[in-house]
This record gives sequence, structure tokens and C-alpha cells, in this order.
Amino acid sequence: MNEALSRQSPLLQLTRVRFLEFLREPEALFWVFIFPILLAAGLGLAFRNRPPEVLGIAAVTPELANSLRREKLLDVREMDQAAAEQALRTGKVALLAAPGPHGEVTYRYDDTNTEGRTARMLAQQAVESAAGRVDPVASRDVPMREPGSRYIDFLIPGLLGMNLMGSAIWGMGFTIVDARRKNLIKRLIATPMPRYTYLASFALSRIVLLVIEVVVLLGFGVLAFHVPVRGSLAAFAVLCFLGSFTFSALGLLTASRVRTIEAASGIMNLVMMPMWIVSGVFFSAQRFPDALQPVIKALPLTAVIDALRANMLQGASLAQVAPQIGILGVWLVVCFTLALKLFRWR
Amino acid sequence: MTSAEAALRVRNLRKAYKDVVAVDGLDLEVYRGECFGLLGPNGAGKTTTVEICEGLTVPDSGDVEVLGMRWAADAPKLRQRLGIQLQDTQLSEKLTVFETIRLFRSFFERGPAPDAVITLMQLDEKRKARVGSLSGGQKQRLALACALVGDPAFLFLDEPTTGLDPQARRQLWELIDKFKLEGRTILLTTHYMDEAERLCDRVAIVDHGKQIALGTPRELVASIGAEHLVEFSVGAEFSVDGAGLELGALRGIDGVREVRMDDGTVSMQVTELHLAVPALLDEIGRQGIPLTELRTHSATLEDVFVALTGRHLRDE
Repeated sequence: MNEALSRQSPLLQLTRVRFLEFLREPEALFWVFIFPILLAAGLGLAFRNRPPEVLGIAAVTPELANSLRREKLLDVREMDQAAAEQALRTGKVALLAAPGPHGEVTYRYDDTNTEGRTARMLAQQAVESAAGRVDPVASRDVPMREPGSRYIDFLIPGLLGMNLMGSAIWGMGFTIVDARRKNLIKRLIATPMPRYTYLASFALSRIVLLVIEVVVLLGFGVLAFHVPVRGSLAAFAVLCFLGSFTFSALGLLTASRVRTIEAASGIMNLVMMPMWIVSGVFFSAQRFPDALQPVIKALPLTAVIDALRANMLQGASLAQVAPQIGILGVWLVVCFTLALKLFRWR
Repeated sequence: MTSAEAALRVRNLRKAYKDVVAVDGLDLEVYRGECFGLLGPNGAGKTTTVEICEGLTVPDSGDVEVLGMRWAADAPKLRQRLGIQLQDTQLSEKLTVFETIRLFRSFFERGPAPDAVITLMQLDEKRKARVGSLSGGQKQRLALACALVGDPAFLFLDEPTTGLDPQARRQLWELIDKFKLEGRTILLTTHYMDEAERLCDRVAIVDHGKQIALGTPRELVASIGAEHLVEFSVGAEFSVDGAGLELGALRGIDGVREVRMDDGTVSMQVTELHLAVPALLDEIGRQGIPLTELRTHSATLEDVFVALTGRHLRDE
């Protein structure tokens, strides 16, 4: 190897080192990539919208069963009287239909139970139309189950915001404090390394990790749950970058002076915990009292999540989320300036 | 000596922390191409002094000139020419030896290729090993490798062998010998007197932030006026005081310069061993006291330190 080849840009080398360190930390990989997907999958399944429910009913004669099967929302099971009564008692069916002695149909069901009452109405309707009843007024059903109004659609932008915050603050904070604790920062500034390259390497590695992180989580949401992305992808990318840089600046500020991992964890949790709760990751921030709303709205995580939701769910343009962009810009500039002033290089 | 020939000049350096004066009016001059040792106990101000010279700590007052340059004016240029090994730096454990050296190499404009430094530091077998898996000696050689990647004119080594086993220390000493042959100037701090004697052309002994002696190891040892030390102890029932052994009689022996008592052990500085030892044995025999231990050794820098301060280097 000759000298020209062996000398490479300090910024590239530092960035490369950031990556290697990150990739060789299995815990970090889990928290950044796997955990958000598990969370999204778990919550998405728990709060999924169920398909229309089909009610089970029992019919004791084949004729009756055939008439009842005209109704698609009923799951008609033909069984003898004893079995049908047993099924009704144990809740396996909501209704028992049997022919009465005078040609009428008798229904046995629990009238305090909505399912029972609904089954009764549906069954009577099916029997009557099988007997030739014609509806005097025609009707047409238009089912509406649109993506965008489900919990998972609300959740994915929240998780994206939370992930942007977590990975930027942990990634920045821990690496810097650990390096300071080990006197590694001091060792680096004892070389001719320009100091800005050290900080810039974090920004560069953040950009690349950010892309992977967002693509993985968003890709999962889109593929597994058909979460909509209605706004422009360019605007979406701008919001992610701005959010990530703002949180990186916040992370840099939290890590600017401390020397121990314990102190750093404390400060980072203190910074992030309130935002996890009030910024609307899992439920709407609107649930908090009106008096708190101005404060909540001014938090960077609220701004990121609101802007991402507006972009993904309502297709908002950057101009429409200008207030959120403004809030993030202020946080970014203030935190970064303060962090540079306070940063302890040894 | 003009400043062109001095690689480092330090004048009247002072640095105080909140409650302690770390460096108290220190003057130093390190010549180009020599290996200069700062020898002193822990807390003597060695590390503070070195870090001021390395431009990492700002002194309260005093003047520092390194390779004819000053930190305030020439920091970037100076950094390119210094090789620095700090005490207690833990390099990133997740990187390999090669990755670590390649990173440090990227900061310097010129210097050997990473692989050349790896070979020089005898780390070839560990080229792809993670730093976290290295032994103490290997980590220390890696730290030296990181100091050498810029082909430095001046090397600062702060306690390079502290905490290493004897074999790893000797290996490191041999490597440091190589740098001396390559004509680099070295400033080394240590609290091991054998290390200073083995490696350094000149040694400054520092204590409480002040220089208390300066010279070649040979000059310093000669300065206490005795070439040998004789140490002995006697049975516990003959405690060495007026009632037991008469120290006064020992002082009268030919070739004995000074007699000290330390923890029940008597130690005598001696110029002529062949005269003093038989006379000592005669005297002890005459007093009828049983000898439990007798040792002699050539005077070392440790003895110089003891003679100057009354304390041992390793005392905390």
C-alpha cells in the first residue's frame, strides 16, 4: 500500500468507524430496527379492525336451515333439539330457531344480549323473504373500510417519530459519553483531527442509518398493514431528516458535558420520557388538558409526529406543516449552538 | 544550548486545580533526539506537565515551546509532528487493530502505511482482532502504534508500561529503544525507576510539581555519593535502638556514608563494598547480635529519590 492510498479522509474514516461500532452492537440493532417493528406488529394486531361479525344460530329442521342460509351474516348450523339447546346455553350460538306447532317459527335467545337480538331480526327477515316477502323500499349497501382511519395508521407515524428521537439521542449520547469516559475524545483531539469532523461523522452516519430505519418501519407498515402515504415522499423525507437532526442536536446537548454512562442515561430519560407520554405516539396529544396544549405542541417530538401524520394521512404539503417545521428549526439551532458552547472535549 | 537544539523548552510552568497545585514552577529542556524521563511518584504532576506540553491542558502561567513552535500560534502544524500516547486511553473495543490504526492514520498528512506500523509494533497476528480481545501489553503496543502513524518527530509517552507484566514491559522497552535509534525525541513519564534507568538519556525527578534533580541516570546515582546500598535486619528481640544495635558504631566504618533506619531495616549508603561489608559483619559479631537478613545492591534512581525526599517512589 503506498502513502497516497493509505491516507483517507478523516471524516470518511470516522463515519466508517461509527457504522462499524453500531453494527457490532447487537443490542443497538435490536432497539433501532427490530423493536419498532415488533411494537407496530403487536399493536397493529391488537387494535386491528375486525371483519363484519357472523352470528352463529342453530336450526332444528333442514327446511328452516335452508331459509335461514339466505342471510349471509348468519352462520346457520343444523342440529337436533337437545344439541341446539346445549349450544345456546353455552353461547356457541346466539339463537335457536325451531318450527312452532301452528306453522310459526319460535326463536329462543337471550334478549339482554345484542347479538341475540340482532340474530333474531336477521333470522326473521331471512324466513320472511324465503316465504316470498318483497321489500317495499329498495336499499343498497356501500361498505366503508378505508385505510387511514385505523389505529395502525395513527400509530405508524407516532412510532416513526419515537424511533427518530430514540435512535438519534441514544446513538449520539451514548457514543459520545462513552468515548469521553474512556479518554478517547481526548486522545482524538491530541491528533491533528479537525474537531468538526468528529461531530460531522455523527451527522453523516445518522443520515444513512436514518434512511434504513425509516424505510424498514414504513415499509413494514405499508406492506403488512397497507398504511397510506398520501403526501409527497420528498416532503416526508425532509421531515424525517429535519426531525432526526433536531434530535441529534438535542442528543449532543445532553451529552455535551457528562462523563458517566449513568448520568447520561438519567439525563436522556429525563428528556425523552415526557415526550413519549405527551407527544402523541400511542394516543392523541389532544387528550391532555387545553392549558397544556401550547407546551405539548412546542415539544420537538409532537412537532415531528404531527407533521408526519399530516403528511402520511392527510397528504399535507410542507407549507401546511410550516408551524411544526418552524418549531423543529428553533430546537435544532438552539440545541446545536448550546451544545457546541458547552461541549467538553476531554 | 540554543532553542534550535532543544525539542522542548518549558519555563516556570504553573498549573493549579481547585485544591491542589499540580505543577509548581517547573523548568524543563529536552534536547533533540534524546529520551528524556520525568520520574516521580503518583501525583507528582507528571501527567499535568506532559498534557500541557501536548497542548491538551492550558497552564496558569509559564512558557512552553515544542519543536520551536508554540501552541497558541501553531497548534495544527504541531499536532502533525507529535506522537502522543496518553495514560488510560481505552480505544474502541469493537474495532479491530487495523481499523483503529487506519483511523488514526487518516488524521495525519504523512506517515507510514497502517500495515507498516502494525508490523513495527509486532501486532501482525492481531491485525484483525478486536481491540477488546487484546492483552494489556498488546493494547499498549496498539496505543504506541496510534502514536507512530504520523511519523512523529517528538513522542510523548505517559506511563507506557504501567500495569503490564514484566515480559510485556521488556517487549515495550525494546520497541521504545527502536524509536530512539530512529532519532525521534521522546519525553517519557514513569514511576518505575528501572524503566527510567533503562530507557532515558536524562532524567528529571519531580515531586510535588517541582523538579528536585536533573541529570543522566548515572549522574543522579553518583550525586548521592554512594555506589552501593547495604541493607540488613536483625532479630526482633534486638530492636535497633540504643538498647540493641549501636548505630553509631556503624557510621564509623570505612566507606559508609550514611546509615538510616526504616521499618526495622537498617540501610547504609556505601562507597566501597569490599571494605564496608566485612567491617559490618565484624561489628555485628562484636555486638553479639544475630543477623536475619543481609542484602546489597548498586544504588538506583529509587535510592536517589529516597535520599532526596525520604520517601519511596511507590509510596502513595
